[in-house]
Amino acid sequence: MLQTLLDKRTLIAVLLCAVAAVAVPILSLVVPPSSPLHMPPYVVALIGKYLCYAILAVALDLVWGYCGILSLGHGAFFALGGYAMGMYLMRQIGARGVYGNPLLPDFMVFLNWKALPVAWWGFQSFPYAALMAMLAPGALAFAFGWLAFRSRVTGVYLSIITQAMTYALMLAFFRNDMGFGGNNGLTDFKDILGFNIQSDATRAALFSASAIVLILALLVGRFLVTSKFGKVLIAIRDAESRARFLGYRVEYYKLAVFTVSAMLAGVAGALYVPQVGIINPGEFAPANSIEAVIWVAVGGRGTLVGAALGAVLVNFGKTVFTGALPEYWLFALGLLFVLVTLFLPKGILGALDSLKRKPAPPIEPADADVAPKIAG
Amino acid sequence: MENLALTQSLLYLDGVAVSFDGYKALRGLSLTLAPGEMRAIIGPNGAGKTTMMDVITGKTRPDEGVVLFGGTEDLTQLDEAAIAQLGVGRKFQKPTMFESQSVEDNILLALKAPREARATLFGKPAPDTRERIDRILETIKLTAHRKRMAADLSHGQKQWLEIGMLLAQDPKLLLVDEPVAGMTDAETMQTADLLREIARDHSVVVVEHDMDFVRKLGVKVTVLHEGAVLAEGPLDQVSADPRVIEVYLGR
Repeated sequence: MLQTLLDKRTLIAVLLCAVAAVAVPILSLVVPPSSPLHMPPYVVALIGKYLCYAILAVALDLVWGYCGILSLGHGAFFALGGYAMGMYLMRQIGARGVYGNPLLPDFMVFLNWKALPVAWWGFQSFPYAALMAMLAPGALAFAFGWLAFRSRVTGVYLSIITQAMTYALMLAFFRNDMGFGGNNGLTDFKDILGFNIQSDATRAALFSASAIVLILALLVGRFLVTSKFGKVLIAIRDAESRARFLGYRVEYYKLAVFTVSAMLAGVAGALYVPQVGIINPGEFAPANSIEAVIWVAVGGRGTLVGAALGAVLVNFGKTVFTGALPEYWLFALGLLFVLVTLFLPKGILGALDSLKRKPAPPIEPADADVAPKIAG
Repeated sequence: MENLALTQSLLYLDGVAVSFDGYKALRGLSLTLAPGEMRAIIGPNGAGKTTMMDVITGKTRPDEGVVLFGGTEDLTQLDEAAIAQLGVGRKFQKPTMFESQSVEDNILLALKAPREARATLFGKPAPDTRERIDRILETIKLTAHRKRMAADLSHGQKQWLEIGMLLAQDPKLLLVDEPVAGMTDAETMQTADLLREIARDHSVVVVEHDMDFVRKLGVKVTVLHEGAVLAEGPLDQVSADPRVIEVYLGR
């Protein structure tokens, strides 16, 4: 059981994350800044951000790589989780805001609102906000999937409506009267769980939390895909009607994995927001969801670990590239996608697999004399 | 008064009509299959053979007509998964399986067992699962290839694997769509033998163009034409029927 769950690759990825979860805080906090081994806080936040993207990539790989649902709207679930965390962080500001209102965040005072909108109730509590970071994306995915999968919307049509979903949410969140800070979003966070959000120690702790959640995401993902449930997902991906005619309720399987994946994406968003210090409607931008698809394609879809690897590598590339030639990043990303599709159709991990695996010996055609007989 | 044809039949179709955008694929099709019976369905292209299978398996809802399974279950009210769980198996014309999974996993997925997501995620497999898979692999002569990806099998082996999946499903009724399309003569004859073996303890409906194959099966034949039954009986009798000759055999 444990061996199926932790294949070699997952084991390596889990160990790397575990080492990082311990080593990064030490390098950042204990090693003095004069030492060449010291890790500056901005690097900690940057890698922490990559890990959040990696969690999002694992979530996307579950639906796309294993069940064939190409979601071009997973950024919406990520952003919703981020907003849930952002709302908690806004309410932690309390009377320290510019307007000094103990209950209302600044933007509400600015809009001349008198009372806290119902949607904001309860977000002063961290456990509630953490729950909502999963439940809100989960509920959206469930409602969306209920309608789409039961109507048997598949393939490119499904991809287009997921894209429309995230676009519609972006437009909605841009509106001030939606009640989530309009196009400024939520920012100026002060502290999380009582700790200063800007302090090096908090950053290191958030990093470790991201690494631990990534480990959990990989383990939960492996549990799902190595079970018989996972085999059914792959069956649906490869021959949906065959799965149906075998008696599997395809729409419920899709709904289950889509909802779980959205909740995981929400957790990634919730970890992301305190590390970058802001959440705004731009996170719902369709391009973000498409970028996530590219990470998974680069790393190797249907591998989980590959998706995480792709997210980290592409985003590292993005950091380097946008430092040097900022205006060309989207072209580079597009080129990367074309090149990967042409030369590494199974992504980095898939290519490693084909290198390692010896070509299978040809199978002799079924001999006339060994035709099967049905035993009475 | 109880309708005997209805209550004693495994499959009962009466006055089934289906149209697509005004094109009438089935017009008042009526057909009765007894438990344990094997039936061959023939007819020219466009006669409605595949549409009939789609109606029975829940892929297509008829505009009118009665479709009953086992005398009581109204198949027009159920979806594909529910009908499959009742015990209707379907083999497609082109071998259709889960190509990126191993031969034994293909059988495992087909094996009669709870189909709900909760059962496949948390449930324990039945204790005799392995044994049942072994038996089926033995039957279809793929034991040595059990760990291979289904995609790596030869065309003939894929056909047998799909038949093995149907056996694993253990359906009461098997619908087989043109099983010998693209097969050599020898393979065709072996498939006929195999289907007759299966028909010993399953009801089978075979749709086929190949007359030699239908003759080899030696079962009652139903001729479809323009969405309705034109003739029914032994092959020799229907092939002597002047109406059948006119629409189909005489050309």
